[in-house]
Amino acid sequence: MSDAFLFAALLTAATARGATPLVLAALGGLFAERAGVVDIGLEGKMLASAFAAAASAAMTGSAWIGLGAGIVAAVMVSLLHAFACVTHHGNQVVSGMALNITLSGLTAVLGYAWFHEGSQTPLLGPGARFGPIELPGATALGNVPALGPIYREIVNGHNVLVYIAAAAVPVVAWIVYRTRFGLRLRAVGESPGAVDTAGISVAATRYRALVLSGVLCGLSGAYLSIAHHASFIRDMSAGKGYLALAALIFGQWRPVPTLGACLLFAFADAVQARLQGTELPLVGVMPVQLIQALPYVLTVLLLAGFVGRAVAPAAIGVPYVKER
Amino acid sequence: MAAASRAFSWRLRALRWVAQAVLPVANLALALLLSGLVVLAVGENPGRALWLLASGAFGSVEAIGYTLYYATSFVFTGLAVAVAFHAGLFNIGAEGQAYLGGLGVALLCLGAGGWPTTLVVAAAIVVAAVAGAAWAFVPAWLQAQRGSHVVITTIMFNFIAAALMTHLLVNVLIKPGQQSPETREFAPSTWLPQLHDVARALGWEIGHSPVNLSLVLALAAGALVWLYLWRTRWGYELRALGHNRTAAVYGHIRPARTIIVAMSISGALAGLMSLNEVMGVQHRLLLNFTGGAGYVGIAVALMGRNHPVGIVLAAVLFGALYQGGSELSFDMPTLTRDMVVVIQGLIILVCGALEHALRSPVEALLRS
Repeated sequence: MSDAFLFAALLTAATARGATPLVLAALGGLFAERAGVVDIGLEGKMLASAFAAAASAAMTGSAWIGLGAGIVAAVMVSLLHAFACVTHHGNQVVSGMALNITLSGLTAVLGYAWFHEGSQTPLLGPGARFGPIELPGATALGNVPALGPIYREIVNGHNVLVYIAAAAVPVVAWIVYRTRFGLRLRAVGESPGAVDTAGISVAATRYRALVLSGVLCGLSGAYLSIAHHASFIRDMSAGKGYLALAALIFGQWRPVPTLGACLLFAFADAVQARLQGTELPLVGVMPVQLIQALPYVLTVLLLAGFVGRAVAPAAIGVPYVKER
Repeated sequence: MAAASRAFSWRLRALRWVAQAVLPVANLALALLLSGLVVLAVGENPGRALWLLASGAFGSVEAIGYTLYYATSFVFTGLAVAVAFHAGLFNIGAEGQAYLGGLGVALLCLGAGGWPTTLVVAAAIVVAAVAGAAWAFVPAWLQAQRGSHVVITTIMFNFIAAALMTHLLVNVLIKPGQQSPETREFAPSTWLPQLHDVARALGWEIGHSPVNLSLVLALAAGALVWLYLWRTRWGYELRALGHNRTAAVYGHIRPARTIIVAMSISGALAGLMSLNEVMGVQHRLLLNFTGGAGYVGIAVALMGRNHPVGIVLAAVLFGALYQGGSELSFDMPTLTRDMVVVIQGLIILVCGALEHALRSPVEALLRS
């Protein structure tokens, strides 16, 4: 096997791992925003889930209980967002930022007080986190020319949440475009008045959308702390919630293009990690700190270049007041 | 009949004013109550925590000085967020704009060792404002011309500013032969005078604390912001755009230009925050010297209802939270200073997003 193939395989696998939390969070945001609720609180939900998952996995020794706790925590944060924005018609961006700031502090305070390891949770053992999965026939099929190595090196050997993220894209697309709930969801985001007239509750639909957003952010946050890493580290989401939101906008609020945007961000990050310390043409060795800013610069460029014409759900950000 | 209706409208207006004053207090009480639950979850006594917080912030002249020193930064960032809010923009980038303002101030102070202090101060005000405005200009231009959402671009610019400043401090500006990433100390002639020195020159003794002349600048900035927003045509255009874009365009207000002006003023105010920290206290450029002041500015602006007077009051409250919070973590080691971040987030939630939740109960209470 050539070095070039191995390098490409490593890069692709790193892209898949890096894209997983982005895809899960962005799909969560897709439900919320398609229902007309701005979901800038993805970051906070991810942090809540990452902390709850790592803390519960550390105490019970089970990754699955950790995952469950992470989802419950993220759904609770999502419900708080719904309470402020749907029930009380609050400003959605302000509510999301408030939750992000609160969770950033809360996870650090609780982590420090409960585990006495400087805002970290204890390091998780093998059973308490999701390890790589050997797919059936990876070794046997690995010798098949061309496709075999791709299956063995790239598709095989990730943890379960990576495969869940991959499966989530078609499932979410099916829910949004092919189910009755999906139709109502999109209608609530485009024209809540019409939905209300048809006798469907706008508030209930938006609450359901935010619960789904919480579930997906729960998966995303748990991935960070009990699959990708082996403990909770303060502020470990490091802007991934915002990147996911940018990917959602860049993907024009559609599942498959959003997946593409997430892969692009993850690829930039994977390249970034491998560029550190290498000589580049024209500029020489780039300082590590500047290379690390690459995904953020890319986000600004993408939003500036292409999204000017993106059509957001018509009712996004607007609280629905029935009596008007 | 007319008299009765006039009396009624007067009562309504009085009611609104009382509600304006009572609501923030009720919101604060709710946020503190929720924070108390967090203190309970950590296994400490919330009442004692509140007492330690309050006495740590106001218990002595020194403590009050520290509270005002923190408040100075928050007045600047709070005004920054508020100006953008009035134009209908949510500037989350005050943190990065203040960081870049600090870069400008530091470069000036490093190079201006021989200048007279008044000249350095005047130049630093300009440089801090211009650097902060420049960092806000790009997201503003992108919002105005390309429609890229200013919330996301300013967040990204915070990350980019952090990366840029880490690079500059670690690789370029670091004092040679030292480990920690910070510049060399500025010449004393470029320091902003601290208030206890000024007071001593006037014959008073006040406690030793880092509160400095930038407090006066912050109050002046508040007055100027008030004049600009409510007493000039430009301020009117800015607020008109924030209230109703369609009506503003109908009234020949150019949204693109107004957005860029509003964000630049916002960035300039955020940049001025660095005068307090870099020039008034640290006398060198440090990593992360902003310490989250940009995010506190959001809470301060919301709590102060985007009015300079409210912002000054809210900034003192948050200064007290920061000062009292560090005393609190000293006396209650299980509670870290992140507790202040929790309170700050809850205040934004309650004052900003849940502002309507408490309004009707408060108004009903006042009416009865």
